[in-house]
Amino acid sequence: MRPNRALEIGTGLFILLGFVALVFLTTQLPSSGLRIREAGVYRLSATFDNIGDLKQGAPVSMSGVNVGRVTRITYDSRQYKAVVDVSVDSGYDKIPDDSDASIQTQGLLGGKYIALTPGGSETYFKDGGRIGFTQSAIVLESLINKLFASIADKGKDAAGDAEPAKEGAK
Amino acid sequence: MIAALQKIGAISVFFGRILAGIVPALARPRLIVHQVYNAGARSLIIIMLSGLFVGMVLGLQGFDLLQRIGSEEVLGIGIALALLKELGPVMTALLFAGRAGTALASEIGLMRATDQLTAMEMMAVDPVHRIVVPRFLGGVIAVPLLVAIFNVIGLYGAQLIAVQQMGIDAGSFWGQTQSAVELDDVTEGVIKSFVFGVACSLIAVYEGFHSAPTAAGVGLATTRTVVTSSVLILLLNYLLTAFYL
Repeated sequence: MRPNRALEIGTGLFILLGFVALVFLTTQLPSSGLRIREAGVYRLSATFDNIGDLKQGAPVSMSGVNVGRVTRITYDSRQYKAVVDVSVDSGYDKIPDDSDASIQTQGLLGGKYIALTPGGSETYFKDGGRIGFTQSAIVLESLINKLFASIADKGKDAAGDAEPAKEGAK
Repeated sequence: MIAALQKIGAISVFFGRILAGIVPALARPRLIVHQVYNAGARSLIIIMLSGLFVGMVLGLQGFDLLQRIGSEEVLGIGIALALLKELGPVMTALLFAGRAGTALASEIGLMRATDQLTAMEMMAVDPVHRIVVPRFLGGVIAVPLLVAIFNVIGLYGAQLIAVQQMGIDAGSFWGQTQSAVELDDVTEGVIKSFVFGVACSLIAVYEGFHSAPTAAGVGLATTRTVVTSSVLILLLNYLLTAFYL
């Protein structure tokens, strides 16, 4: 029965490995999955009027250096604003508590990230702190819409100027 | 043409016999465990190595492509979806057909050639129950698990290239992937891998069981197993993908 024992252990190991892989794929990969909280970080939150397409897991950077990431995005239905929770590595614990957060874009069409710009305060953010000054994402589509609207307005004005002249000709 | 029809019919009938034999075979779980070991655990190394390299090459090619249009951070999404929905199930099933399918076919074929199957029938032991069904079930259980392992290792390989070598931020790599992958994408892959497992195992045991009882017959059965399963996997993959989209 000795070879049988090795065989059963091997099979058990294989099945265990397979199921661990399956569980990882079904719980950790999809957006609806469970998340494990990471250590060595502290959490801050900020509210934005518009977060554009900021995603969970997006980087948080200061002067272009990555200091943390977005952990959760929720909607506050009383303030009508988006609430973004971020976790910052505990190594970066000297961020003035009047720093402002703005949502920026990586490249022209890249993903969104949060840029922190340090303020002048002598006190620093602590775990659970709130970032007071925020600047929303610039949504490319609305910029383009505004641009087209202004072009259309100008076109209408030009057409409006031409109208009376036609009437005069009658 | 008629020969092809006859073969499809014969495989279907054989499939029916196997299905009918599943319940009696469950009374001997030890035989099935043995076959899960033969088909699954012993294919683990080749699956893991292939998964690693497939993931790494996807990372390199995907990065090169996405860099040209300046959106490297969506690399994780592309790789995860490609692995989960197409490459994982198909590559694993093809490797499984080559590694375990051929072993099954030649093993059963050799039993046929040495009259072991006939001897069982003489002793009123149904060789389909005793030999074929446990091997079939072993394959069906092993393939989905192998696919899951292939996918995880593939993602790890892609992550090695993307994050460690190319310097994409680990958070945006995983975050973007997690935000884009739905549970449906994972289940599609699991369903595909299950179907491929059934197809591969069925072809292997059929070809082995119906091989000509000669040395050449065993060789032919092995070759046919690889050819038929490979084509069948790719065909089924197309049909399942068309069905899902």
